[in-house]
Amino acid sequence: MTASPTQTGPPPPKPRAAVVRDALGVGITVGLSGFVFGVTSSGAGLSVAQTCALSLLVFTGASQFALVGAIGAGGAPFAAAAGALFLGARNAFYGLRLSQLLALPAAVRPLAAQWVIDETSAVALAQPDRAAARLGFTVTGVSLYLGWNVTTLLGALGASALGDPSAWGLDAAGPAVFLALLASMMRGGNSRGSWRRIRERPEPVTALAAAVLTLASLPILPAGVPILVAALAAPAVLVVNRRRRDLS
Amino acid sequence: MIWAAIALVAAGCYAVKLLGLSVPAAVLERPMVRRLAALVPIATLAGLIALQTFGEGRTPVVDARAAGLAAAAAALLLRAPFLVVVAAAVVVTAAVRALTG
Repeated sequence: MTASPTQTGPPPPKPRAAVVRDALGVGITVGLSGFVFGVTSSGAGLSVAQTCALSLLVFTGASQFALVGAIGAGGAPFAAAAGALFLGARNAFYGLRLSQLLALPAAVRPLAAQWVIDETSAVALAQPDRAAARLGFTVTGVSLYLGWNVTTLLGALGASALGDPSAWGLDAAGPAVFLALLASMMRGGNSRGSWRRIRERPEPVTALAAAVLTLASLPILPAGVPILVAALAAPAVLVVNRRRRDLS
Repeated sequence: MIWAAIALVAAGCYAVKLLGLSVPAAVLERPMVRRLAALVPIATLAGLIALQTFGEGRTPVVDARAAGLAAAAAALLLRAPFLVVVAAAVVVTAAVRALTG
């Protein structure tokens, strides 16, 4: 049966198996990278219990990597926590879009909230209808939560067997994870219809300004503070852009 | 101290997730808030990449990690899967370190 061009109405519902397959693919792949987090966290000097507590309770990868990275670099724990919280703030906006899409009962919300992260949102928001979105969100959430926590434990236990993580190049894993996340966020800015030329979009200049601010403030500010300075690039770029628009 | 930081981040991150699911859309749907929310993670991530690639204590340096990051960037441009991107950075960093001693 082929759809004729004149046919209107909603598209056929996506098969449940296809939703589950997509969701499991994302959940398992990203879940496996908990191993990298476990090793990185151990290398930064956190205990196995602390490392596992982060994956169980924080469960948002970028914030976890940011926290252990800052502690490993000798930052004050509370400055490190502030950087991690800045990164976690984006999940509020995923939650906002998901609450309209999933229409969760109030009793389920506190449970579902822990799974509101980049990957579950990406899978759920890509589904054509509410039933598929709920299924995608749940399957991604369960598989990612299980995978991420089991591999975190294995990574933390394995790290002691590996010895010095930097000898294995594992200190480069954190920046690579961040770069992959950054790339997906930059692409995300494109998919909203109004394709502006890259020069006019605020994301690249914000990223560049933040990197420069961080390295410039590194020698003069206490450990952990440069990353807070980096966050200032975001309001700064917005203010400059607005002024430029007002002038033109 | 580390446990206190973990508790703070866990509580804060969970509160933010629940907040998004619970508040009326109008509160967070202001254009300026949305734009800032999109840009702050980008700024923080870029800062972290710079810090963890070029930071050595309190001095900026260029070492094997820069080669690893370049490898990750190349893998991203080739649309490699997430784990391959991370693996490229790790392997290249270890190789450069082993070669340059």
